[in-house]
Amino acid sequence: MKPQNYSKRKIQVAGWEVNVTSYQLGDRHYCTVDNVSPGAWIAKTEGATKEEAEKKALERAAELLSKTRRLKVK
Amino acid sequence: MSVQTKSNPTRGSLLHTAEEILVSTAWVEERLKDSKVRIVEVDVDTKAYDEGHVPGALGWAWNTQLCDTFRRDIIPPDQFEALMSQSGIGNDTTVILYGDNNNWFAAWALWQLKIYGHQDVRLMNGGRKKWIEESRELSKETPKYSPESYQAKSPDFSIRAFLPDVQKGIDKKTIDLVDVRSPLEFTGEILAPPGLPETCQRGGHIPGAKSIPWAKACNEDGTFKTAEELRKLYSEAGISFKKPIVAYCRIGERSSHSWFVLKYLLGEKDVKNYDGSWTEWGNLVAAPIEKP
Repeated sequence: MKPQNYSKRKIQVAGWEVNVTSYQLGDRHYCTVDNVSPGAWIAKTEGATKEEAEKKALERAAELLSKTRRLKVK
Repeated sequence: MSVQTKSNPTRGSLLHTAEEILVSTAWVEERLKDSKVRIVEVDVDTKAYDEGHVPGALGWAWNTQLCDTFRRDIIPPDQFEALMSQSGIGNDTTVILYGDNNNWFAAWALWQLKIYGHQDVRLMNGGRKKWIEESRELSKETPKYSPESYQAKSPDFSIRAFLPDVQKGIDKKTIDLVDVRSPLEFTGEILAPPGLPETCQRGGHIPGAKSIPWAKACNEDGTFKTAEELRKLYSEAGISFKKPIVAYCRIGERSSHSWFVLKYLLGEKDVKNYDGSWTEWGNLVAAPIEKP
C-alpha cells in the first residue's frame, strides 16, 4: 500500500507551534502532531477519516502541551 | 558480504565517508529484497512502525530494546548480540536504519551499533518522513528472519562521553561542547520539549556549550544539508574544529543525530555523544550551569 492524501500544516495548540501531519493508508487515516521546536512527535492517532484522526491527535496534543511550563529565566 | 556502494545519490556535496553511511530513500527502495541488507525502523516506541513501515523492515523500540533502563545505559553486549541475532543480522549484514522524528532514534541505534563495532550500518536520509512524503510503499506485516550468529566487538567508547569526560573537558577547556536542544531548552525557559515530560530539576545549559539545535543540520524534507553548509553552521556558532567535540541534548538521541553529522558528514575524527546529557547534568547536585 502506498500512503495517500499526505498533508502537513503548522498551527498553534495551547500556545505552542505544532506540525499536524496526516496521511491515508488503505482505509485508515493517520495523524501525527509534533512540536515544531525541537521536532518530537507528541500525539499519534488513527481514525476512519482524516477529521477523526486529526481531532483525536489535537485533543491529545492540547492535553500534553498545556502541561508544559514556561519558566522565567531573567 | 555487505552491499557495495559505487555512487549514492545524496543531496549536494558530502564527504566520501558520507557516501558509505548515508543512503537515499530511492537507494533503499531498490534493495528491499536484497538478502544482504536488513532494514530497521527505530523509534522511541513501535507506534509509528505499527502504522506501516518500509516493506521488510523490522521495528526496534528505543525505550525497551536499545536502552538498559535499569542501569540507564546502552544495552550490554549480550543483549546487543541477541537483538542483532534475532533480527537476522550477521556481522557482515548491511544494516539500514531510519525512523521517526527525523531519524533521532535511528541515529542513536547507529551510534550504538558503532560502539559495538558493526562495520556496515547506514542511515536513510530523510527517514520515515521523507519515505511517506514521497508516497513510497508501506507494509503492516512484521517480517520474520532466521536468526544469525552475531558477535559484538569490545565497546568503542571513543565515541561516547561520560560525565567525567565532560567535567574535565569544560574545566580544562579541552573540548568544544555542542548543545543541540531547542533554544528554549538551552536558555532554561522550558525543561523538556513542549508536550513531553520534564526529566530534570532545573533549566539551562552546561557552561561553555554552544547552542546548535539539531534541526539546523537538516533541510525542510529532513535530509541533511551539504557538508559546506554544515561546516559553516558549526563554524559560525563557534566550533573551532581544533578540539574534540562533545554533543549533548536531553537524553542523548538528538545528540546522536548531531554526532552523526559531525563524525560522518563532516569527517571529524574525535566526536563524542554525551548520552547522559541534560537529564544527567541538570540533576547533578552543585554542578555549574549557565542560563540563559
